Amino acid sequence: MTRLILRRLALLVPTLLGLSVLLFLWVRALPGGPATALLGERATPEAVERINQLYGFDRPLPQQYVTWLGQLLQGNFGVSTRTGRPVLDEFWARFPATVELSLVGLLVAVGIGIPLGYLAARHQGRLVDHAAVVTSLLGVTIPVFFLAFLLKWLFAVQLGWFPSTGRQDPAMIATHPTGFYVLDGVLTREWDASWDALVHLLLPALALGTIPLAIIARITRASVIDVQHADYVRTARAKGLSTAHVRGRVILHNAMLPVSTTIGLQVGLLLSGAVLTETVFAFPGIGKFLADAVFNLDYAVLQGFILLIAVVYALVNLAVDVSYGLIDPRMRTR
Amino acid sequence: MSVTTAPQDGAGGAPLLSIRDLEVTFRTEAGSATVVRGVSFDVHAGQTVAVVGESGSGKSTTAAAVIGLLAGNGAVTGGQILFEGEDLATLGPGAMHRLRGARIGMVPQDPMSNLNPVRRVGAQIDETLEDNGVVRGRDVRERTVELLAEAGLPDAARRARQYPHEFSGGMRQRALIAMGLAARPRLLIADEPTSALDVTVQRTILDGLTDLTDRLGVAVLLITHDLGLAAERADRVVVMYRGEVVEQGEARTLLTDPQHEYTRRLLAAAPSLASRRIELARHGVEVADPVTDDQATAPAGASTAPVATADAPVAVAPDAPPPLVEVDHVTKVFPIRGRGLLGRSTDFTAVDDVSFVVPRGRTLAVVGESGSGKSTIARMMLDLLTPTSGSIRFDGADVAGLDRAGEVAFRRRVQPIFQDPYASLDPLFTVYRTVEEPLRAHGIGDRAQRNARVRELMEQVALPAGLLRRYPAELSGGQRQRVAIARALALEPDLVVCDEAVSALDVIVQSQILRLLADLQERLGLTYLFISHDLAVVRQIADEVCVMQEGRIVERGTVNDVFDAPRTEYTRTLLDAIPGRDLDLGRPA
Amino acid sequence: MSAPEVYEVPQGPVDAGAALAEDRRAGESLWRVAVRRLARNPAAVVGVLIVVAFVLVAVLAPLLAPYGPGALPGRADVRPTFIPGPSPGHPLGLDRYGADVLSQLIWGARASLLIGVLSTLLGLAGGMLVGLLAGAFGGWVDSAAMRLVDLMLAVPSLLLAVSIAAVAGQTPSAVVIAIGVVQVPVFARLLRGSMLAQKGSDYVLAARSLGLSRRTVTMSHVLPNSVSPVIVQATLLLATAVIEAAALSFLGLGGGSPTTAEWGRMLVAAQNELEIAPRLALWPGICISVTALGFTLFGEALREALDPRSRRR
Repeated sequence: MTRLILRRLALLVPTLLGLSVLLFLWVRALPGGPATALLGERATPEAVERINQLYGFDRPLPQQYVTWLGQLLQGNFGVSTRTGRPVLDEFWARFPATVELSLVGLLVAVGIGIPLGYLAARHQGRLVDHAAVVTSLLGVTIPVFFLAFLLKWLFAVQLGWFPSTGRQDPAMIATHPTGFYVLDGVLTREWDASWDALVHLLLPALALGTIPLAIIARITRASVIDVQHADYVRTARAKGLSTAHVRGRVILHNAMLPVSTTIGLQVGLLLSGAVLTETVFAFPGIGKFLADAVFNLDYAVLQGFILLIAVVYALVNLAVDVSYGLIDPRMRTR
Repeated sequence: MSVTTAPQDGAGGAPLLSIRDLEVTFRTEAGSATVVRGVSFDVHAGQTVAVVGESGSGKSTTAAAVIGLLAGNGAVTGGQILFEGEDLATLGPGAMHRLRGARIGMVPQDPMSNLNPVRRVGAQIDETLEDNGVVRGRDVRERTVELLAEAGLPDAARRARQYPHEFSGGMRQRALIAMGLAARPRLLIADEPTSALDVTVQRTILDGLTDLTDRLGVAVLLITHDLGLAAERADRVVVMYRGEVVEQGEARTLLTDPQHEYTRRLLAAAPSLASRRIELARHGVEVADPVTDDQATAPAGASTAPVATADAPVAVAPDAPPPLVEVDHVTKVFPIRGRGLLGRSTDFTAVDDVSFVVPRGRTLAVVGESGSGKSTIARMMLDLLTPTSGSIRFDGADVAGLDRAGEVAFRRRVQPIFQDPYASLDPLFTVYRTVEEPLRAHGIGDRAQRNARVRELMEQVALPAGLLRRYPAELSGGQRQRVAIARALALEPDLVVCDEAVSALDVIVQSQILRLLADLQERLGLTYLFISHDLAVVRQIADEVCVMQEGRIVERGTVNDVFDAPRTEYTRTLLDAIPGRDLDLGRPA
Repeated sequence: MSAPEVYEVPQGPVDAGAALAEDRRAGESLWRVAVRRLARNPAAVVGVLIVVAFVLVAVLAPLLAPYGPGALPGRADVRPTFIPGPSPGHPLGLDRYGADVLSQLIWGARASLLIGVLSTLLGLAGGMLVGLLAGAFGGWVDSAAMRLVDLMLAVPSLLLAVSIAAVAGQTPSAVVIAIGVVQVPVFARLLRGSMLAQKGSDYVLAARSLGLSRRTVTMSHVLPNSVSPVIVQATLLLATAVIEAAALSFLGLGGGSPTTAEWGRMLVAAQNELEIAPRLALWPGICISVTALGFTLFGEALREALDPRSRRR
């Protein structure tokens, strides 16, 4: 197990290095070059010239890359041209918001997707099965931002049940020791702040969680149906195992193997979806900031955020693989 | 079979299990199909009854009906299954559920797929004991360990804490036996309990099972395709064919003096050690005894002396034609990737310093259990793998050193037939394209000539030309294997490498294919390298045999020498392990 | 793949081959069987109908659309607080700039179809090339190809598309390239895995033993038996491509003016009118969803029709 983790961590290094090379070249390939990335689209030629000299953009590329990588390793990811603040600071300021949103979204997806898929498999061809099939079809065919839009329009604008934007009511005064607002409220015993944060999370999380929900329900259904026909299930019945044990210990446990891999794969989808969902709900996370950076062609932010997200993404995937070993004993001996 | 604890009910007493006019029907999209009809037989307490049949005979379906585990679309549509006086066919699901495990146990076929992969083996027996209300609380684990030990698993306490994937096939089957007998049922259904295992393992497992069921007085309903096994292990035998019982009776009587035509055919087809080489008016080709190598008599691992000269390892009579194939001190080592980041790779020697020759127009068989390296030899002979050291010479030329033209010529002269006829044909190619492909690839003939040749080949393997437009999925196993043979013969090869070529087939089809191979050898002067795990099959087709164990040849000689007077312990063990080896089945004494 | 021989599903009178053949007519190729199965599957039929309708609308846009792609026939009728709804002249009403919504949707189908099909073709071609090289040659070629794929998968797909679109410039072709490139690793992995599975099978060994060149073995045996999952995936990714194209224009990439007839762009514009004219968001959203639904239904049905496991049942 430890070996698996070490091996995966070691594999991560070349991938991230490769990515850093690509992102480095990416900024150089931009229309206008790296100076534009720093100064923005409307920089004067003189300013570009000055920046090129100052930052050594006129030096050979490999030399520039090494310098740039050295800066990265010291935590210097450049400065946002839009806000003027360091990219890394901007990232950490928004990271908790997105994590909170993604977690709740994943909770929605797993909490509804697995039971739905399981019930559908057990009652194949019945109403709940049809409902699950339709849900999973709609889930993958409705664009996230359109769904976010519909939810916002119906529950926030028309019915007024939920706030339509933001993370917290601007009128609310609350302290945020960790940046995870729901958790902060619990820590500081400001329960209303926690509640308010939760209410703000609900609609975006629902929109964000729908695609993963659809996929998880689908895989769960297929996996349970598959496992139901496995030899060891029949043997479990033949040896007189109680129905509850056959369902729980045998079918569900084994069916969860492909499902847990699928859940791991949803992380990328959640991060992609966060960019769109946060935009619709003006939710101040890294996704919204990225979308703004796209609008404003804030390349330093794009470059830094993508690299940081790749690191987070890789670590989460590693964690998923490791936790997979907890479910499947065969993985532990690898 | 001696019964000690349970009272042996004579034929007069009420049977433990009595199946009367059983009919099982499956519903499919295409309509319903009755796969078992009018089946009746009894199993008395403590008795072993074997149900014998080929695939599709309905034997496993009958067993599934008894334990109430028919696939979802199947149902008992007629007759009775009386177990201790109760009709199981009319029993509700709850009552049936209480009965399973507690009163009727099961040992399934494939040990690899029948244990829950995510739970420890011990826990899987614990839950069997608990859910059947046998033992509760702290005593459970103790009992589990006892059961595993009783089933012949060494170091049971430690093994109980392991997962199925840490077990070998034989160990898993022991665990499954322990599980099936955990709640001390009165009847055990053993569905092909050892057909997925090597013969020697099969023997010890079956011995253990027989011992245990005898001691406990458990009746056994043994489902098998193997007549020898049935004859050896059962008191009574029931022969099924296409869903019906064609014949039943006391085991020895039935198998030595079969009444029904199908049973006779089955027995005639069953390969046994008593059978002889299929002889077809063989023209007396005198071939020098190829067994000249030193290893034949040396025990495994002790290569006493190198072969006289590396160039001519075989001393043949000066006027005899040189052998077609000379395998000279061949070793194949596979690197196994190390674990972890810095894990060193270790080497696995699949074939270890093996030498033999294959004389022209004859069959040399290589036999061994799984992992013996026999398939690696086949692959090397086909030049699909290159030996790590040593050389394989085909008609005098080193196979590894062939240039492109030499390789093309070699491929024309050496052809394979593989084990699984389902996998060895491209599913997207019609039969015609499959058989024609080698001709086209080697630029033989024009379209019309190739067409004629394909038809000729179809005739040789006794397939109707009407099948030419079919796809492999539309053919039966035997038909597919015939197509594979036709493809192998298309280029008029000298050597055909048969890698377990008949192992996946039912006995009757198997014997037909063996006859076909023998016939083709006779007519076309083919040389066979015949790789098999099945000694009985080898006896029917081979002239000479090499017995392999863990990559080495431990014994070799003519078929008669090796089978009638084995010189090494391992060969003897292999021969002894064959079910029904000493029975001359189907040939009245 | 369980229980090979036990509890056998009722087979034809003689053997297993007959059971497999039950569904087919003599000498029918797998693809023809698949087509026949598709025709019997209502979900597939619905999917095909949606796709055909969508393609027809896109192709016949000049005939169907009441107004041209850039026309603003109702410019005079739009006021800051009021956007006219459905009327006889404009069945789906007008948008903020006075364009006819129905016409915009019809022209938008064109953009979506073009972007969807072109980007998927690009991804398919690139992915199959990478996968084919990796699967056919193995060794260091395989390692290199898979490292490249890992690299592309290290960034969540939308972000990868965004960065590519940003470099490629603010044009529709940039969107095609971005979405296409993002699909490359998906196809590459799928084809490689599928080919590796086929390469070890006996019929490939038999083909090699016949003396066929590596190229022939790869191209006439391994590849044809490996492409069906790739084709299924391509159908499903057509749906994804349509959605991603909309997402990119939602994020302001892809160029064009606010009046360009493109479904994603129409949705963005509608966001500002949520309070006064929510219907503006509804139509393009429904169009994207229905199109994606069509491709998905068809793809899923195709998967089922080509799946050897379901063929067995």
